[in-house]
Amino acid sequence: MLLIACPHCGNRPETEFRCGGQAHIARPADPAALSDEQWAEHLFVRANPRGVHAERWCHAHGCGRWFNALRDTVSDRFLETYPAGAQPSHSTDVRA
Amino acid sequence: MAQPFRLSRGGRIDRTRPVRFTFNGRTVEGVHGDSVASALLANGIHLVGRSFKYHRPRGILSHGSDEPSALLSVDRGPGRIDPNNRASVVEARDGLKTLSQNHWPSLEHDIGAINDLLSPVFVAGFYYKTFMWPKKFWDRVYEPVIRAAAGLGKAPAAPDPDRYANRHAHCEVLVVGAGPAGLAAALAAARTGKRVILADEGPEPGGALLHETSAEIDGRPAAEWLDGALAELDSRENVILLPRTTAFGYYNHNHVALAERITDHLPNPGTAPRERLWQVRAGEVVLATGSHERPLVFSDNDRPGILLAESVRVFLNRYGVAPGRRIVFATSGASAYTAALDAKGAGLAVSLVDLRAEDECGPELVELRAAGIEVLTGHTVIGAKGGKRVTGLVVAPADRAGRCGAHRLLPCDCVGMSGGWTPAVHLFSQSRGKLGYEATIDAFVPGTSAQAERSAGAAKGTYDLAACLAEGDAAGAAASGSAERRRFTASPTLTGFRPVRAMPTDADPAKVRAFVDFQNDVTAKDIGLAVREGFRSIEHVKRYTTTGMATDQGKTSNMNALGIVAGKLDTTLPSVGTTTFRPPYTPVTFGTLVGPARHALFDPIRTTPIHDWAESHGATFENVALWRRAWYFPKAGETLHDAVARECKAVREGVGIFDASTLGKIEVVGPDAAEFMNRLYINPWLKLEVGRCRYGLMLKEDGYILDDGVVARVAPDCFHVTTTTGGAARVLAHMEDYLQTEWPDLRVFLTSTTEQWAVIALQGPKARAVIAPLVGGIDLSPEAFPHMAMRSGTICGVPTRLFRVSFTGELGFEINVPSDHALAVWEAVHAAGEPYGITPYGTETMHVLRAEKGYIIVGQETDGTVTPDDVGLSGMIAKAKKDFVGKRSLVRPDVVAAGRKQLVGLVTDNPKLVLEEGAQIVDDPGQPIPMRMLGHVTSSYWSPNCGRSIAMALVADGRALQGGSLHVTTPEGFARVTVVDPVFFDPKGKRIHA
Amino acid sequence: MLEALYRTARALPLGRPAADPAGSGILIRPAGAEAHVSLRVRDPGPSAAGLPLDRPINTVSGDARRWIARLGPDEWLIGSDEAEADALPAALAADLGERPHAIVDISHRNVGIDVSGARAAVALNAGCPLDLGEAAFPAGTATRTLLGKAEIVLIRRPGPVPLYRVECWRSFSTYVHGFLTEAARSAG
Repeated sequence: MLLIACPHCGNRPETEFRCGGQAHIARPADPAALSDEQWAEHLFVRANPRGVHAERWCHAHGCGRWFNALRDTVSDRFLETYPAGAQPSHSTDVRA
Repeated sequence: MAQPFRLSRGGRIDRTRPVRFTFNGRTVEGVHGDSVASALLANGIHLVGRSFKYHRPRGILSHGSDEPSALLSVDRGPGRIDPNNRASVVEARDGLKTLSQNHWPSLEHDIGAINDLLSPVFVAGFYYKTFMWPKKFWDRVYEPVIRAAAGLGKAPAAPDPDRYANRHAHCEVLVVGAGPAGLAAALAAARTGKRVILADEGPEPGGALLHETSAEIDGRPAAEWLDGALAELDSRENVILLPRTTAFGYYNHNHVALAERITDHLPNPGTAPRERLWQVRAGEVVLATGSHERPLVFSDNDRPGILLAESVRVFLNRYGVAPGRRIVFATSGASAYTAALDAKGAGLAVSLVDLRAEDECGPELVELRAAGIEVLTGHTVIGAKGGKRVTGLVVAPADRAGRCGAHRLLPCDCVGMSGGWTPAVHLFSQSRGKLGYEATIDAFVPGTSAQAERSAGAAKGTYDLAACLAEGDAAGAAASGSAERRRFTASPTLTGFRPVRAMPTDADPAKVRAFVDFQNDVTAKDIGLAVREGFRSIEHVKRYTTTGMATDQGKTSNMNALGIVAGKLDTTLPSVGTTTFRPPYTPVTFGTLVGPARHALFDPIRTTPIHDWAESHGATFENVALWRRAWYFPKAGETLHDAVARECKAVREGVGIFDASTLGKIEVVGPDAAEFMNRLYINPWLKLEVGRCRYGLMLKEDGYILDDGVVARVAPDCFHVTTTTGGAARVLAHMEDYLQTEWPDLRVFLTSTTEQWAVIALQGPKARAVIAPLVGGIDLSPEAFPHMAMRSGTICGVPTRLFRVSFTGELGFEINVPSDHALAVWEAVHAAGEPYGITPYGTETMHVLRAEKGYIIVGQETDGTVTPDDVGLSGMIAKAKKDFVGKRSLVRPDVVAAGRKQLVGLVTDNPKLVLEEGAQIVDDPGQPIPMRMLGHVTSSYWSPNCGRSIAMALVADGRALQGGSLHVTTPEGFARVTVVDPVFFDPKGKRIHA
Repeated sequence: MLEALYRTARALPLGRPAADPAGSGILIRPAGAEAHVSLRVRDPGPSAAGLPLDRPINTVSGDARRWIARLGPDEWLIGSDEAEADALPAALAADLGERPHAIVDISHRNVGIDVSGARAAVALNAGCPLDLGEAAFPAGTATRTLLGKAEIVLIRRPGPVPLYRVECWRSFSTYVHGFLTEAARSAG
């Protein structure tokens, strides 16, 4: 079971959280302006890196807040967690 | 007293407290402190089981949890039978019944032993080679026979009557293993005041110190040092010392699972739980898990009476039991010399055979000879004599090239063998640490850590006592952030050995049965064959030969197997690598894993405030998510069909009362609440008046229906949202996600009120008349309170949000009241309805009534791939809205393409035939197989109000097929149906506005 | 007066407790009828209705008759005597004024269970995965978390013996109460 540092509550066990998949995929401001291909890309295409991955997590059974995390998918080590909307301080090689 | 092999003194046992248990029905007497294995040996019982594949007689190999052979079924009373217990770790106690396994008709005379004679058939991979032909034999002959013969032990049949507990625990330092290194680590950590948990699998902490009778630590006998260490740990409040507790799984972020055995060793367990699962989250972990001795691989090395050398020493020193009177030690290293000395000291006849040449040996050789023990250096073991008990060892001189000299028989009744030591790196490996191969000790040892842990002592390949203590101390101190280090003095430990894979032999290879994996009956020859047949990866060799795949996971066998593979491939051991260690380290009961989550605590059973009323009025219940909902209310003698027919009629003709409390409810509040609703639902919300309701439909971003429900505007900045019962949590999470991550600028707050409001649905033409006398502050007239309106007031003096809504097509109200008042209001409404023949109805009737009206149920008519247009609800989409969640997807090419499945009604030619939900639909039943499936039935009922069966279905281009015929599969063949509009009752919708 | 009348009639989901069913020294006592409010506000200011809004997340203030637990950056759970059920939301609303906020009555949604005794934390840890040690979870701590398969809010109050309030949703209360009772039996 992972130990995840909620930005508001500190270290909490994984069971209190829900993972929301890849982070930093903003909903387009005007979806209607997107081509079918662009929209399909936005909806369905996600990175699946071996290494550092930026993910969305929600402390569902805690403060209820969504936040982002950098997790190494090989070691499961968290490099950092940071508020939704913010940028991580570590760099990632992940670009969708 | 019996126990002819019990020594007269010594050991950590209490000879004044006898214990009696049975083994295969025979009473065995031991003493307090015995394991079942030591008590059996005290009585000269060596034959304790038959092997898995060849049914060879097997005895006790080891004293610890690595025991591969002595597997017993342990019976602690009715419902308390566990198979595959290692005799070496089951504590002897009064009343225990133990049984050997894997034989018929008896342990002594086993028909299955014929397999041993057929061993040429049962070579590695025999499964894949032997049972290939003819193909049809697999189902009818091979598999049934194999199933009957396979398996180890018998699973218990009765429910487990024991209780099991679970505990989450946190500590700064978790120490696994209470041998010298673990104790030193725990002491060092404990002295810092940090929280320490020390877990050890044995009944008594101490590890190897428990059988250390000659060594001294810091000038005191080892046992005294142990007592002092335990007393200190015991006196510290910051230490939790857990004996009988196995750390079996090392998971992410220092989450370590421990299995504590609480009552199995007690004759009268009382009410305590049998076992407890500890889920420990540790800041730092110290692994002091010790090491396992390797057997020597020689012909018939599995004969009862052949033990590991250190295990002989343990039985002598810790249990005061002589495993034999004439013992030959066979070894390729120094540690067995200590065992030989102790055996000699116990007055037994002892000799020792060492594969190493004279000049390879250390001071141990002089010491042994000085004690008057015959030592044959440079000798190999050709094989063992004896069947159900070893009677002698055939040895021969062997040079380094493996050439053997003249055979010599050493008569004996016990052999102590030692092929060196293997650090127990299982937990380290589970923690994803990287192992490194250490050539000097021929072992894989912990290398790079992946988590906050460190290993110490034998687990790290350190075998000298003083070094183990120092290493443990350093690990404990470092783990607790202390700079203090202690020095230890201790008697030197005899270490050092020559790695040997299979003992040199000149015997006919065809006749050699030299076992590597005792539990899965894998011989050196099997492994050689696998390599010859082309297997290179150790993972493949493992699966092909099954070596290391038994319940012991190859604790005693893995290194020998690896070594043999490396030898056959003429490569080095590290290049072969090791197989993956997986939890659990030793077998764990299902009870421990399940813990208290049984019966009423298996899952929360959610009930409404009206549940007890429904129960006392005869309701039958169904599970909806975690909820128990009243399904129907049968009167005496009524079937489901009868009750539902009566309930359906009652609602349409009079009035029915229904518990809708499980509906999800969310209070959406804030200045931007309407804008938020506008973005999430397909409907328009900005202009909805306060006090009015709207049926809302919500999509996921992919355009498919997520949920639906009626929403009321309570105030300009407040909406009372309802969701489906099963969708409540999902919808709230969906809303929160968008609110927090996409539109954090919106000033909106979401609060679940599902359980604040109980909901009493009153449906039918008489509904208004029933509640009129009970309602306060609300004008119920149709003009003042039309369909799809919501008013706040009181009912029975209780505040209510009264909705005029209908999921039946009748005049209806949904009375929201605070939950703790719901039962009183329900009873009052029910009483007020009695003159009108009010009828309580359940979810089945609710389903039928809504289907008569063609109302969809999310999750029944939809399945996550259904758009609003597919179910005929595209008219609800607010055309003027530029965007809402899912809107863009509604013009995706595959969503606008022809051929999508659309919601239609179906009526069968035979009005009495009720189709099966999920049944497939085709246009031409005569077409060749595979037929083209057009869709499936989503809902199907007998409709009492239509006097016939009705069904809803999703059918490709269904709306264009109105009036046409299709065919639906039924258990009796195809049934012809006509496609109709899905509204079967009151298609003009007049009744709802009554 | 209707309101005073109906409040006395609240039918709570958990019956009256046995003193110490498990003989474990751990007392598990369902709370009586209380008023509960969920307060949501983003820029709260220091206080409202006399309740502090500037305390750290995962802390509780006040006493048994009137307490406020901060569960998140913009979320508070308030408990009070039943008599305050109407006055308290009104006072909150008045003090918060034009600040965007939500005050939602959840008195009937939440059920309280008090767990006390020297080994109360051990019983809670049968299902709660948090570190309940003195350093990590001192008196005055409050958080949403899990107990077995149910979501709870766990509040630790000050007192001579460890005293915890477990709050759960109404329909989970039978499970939570049963879980705690079983846990107390196994807390030895």
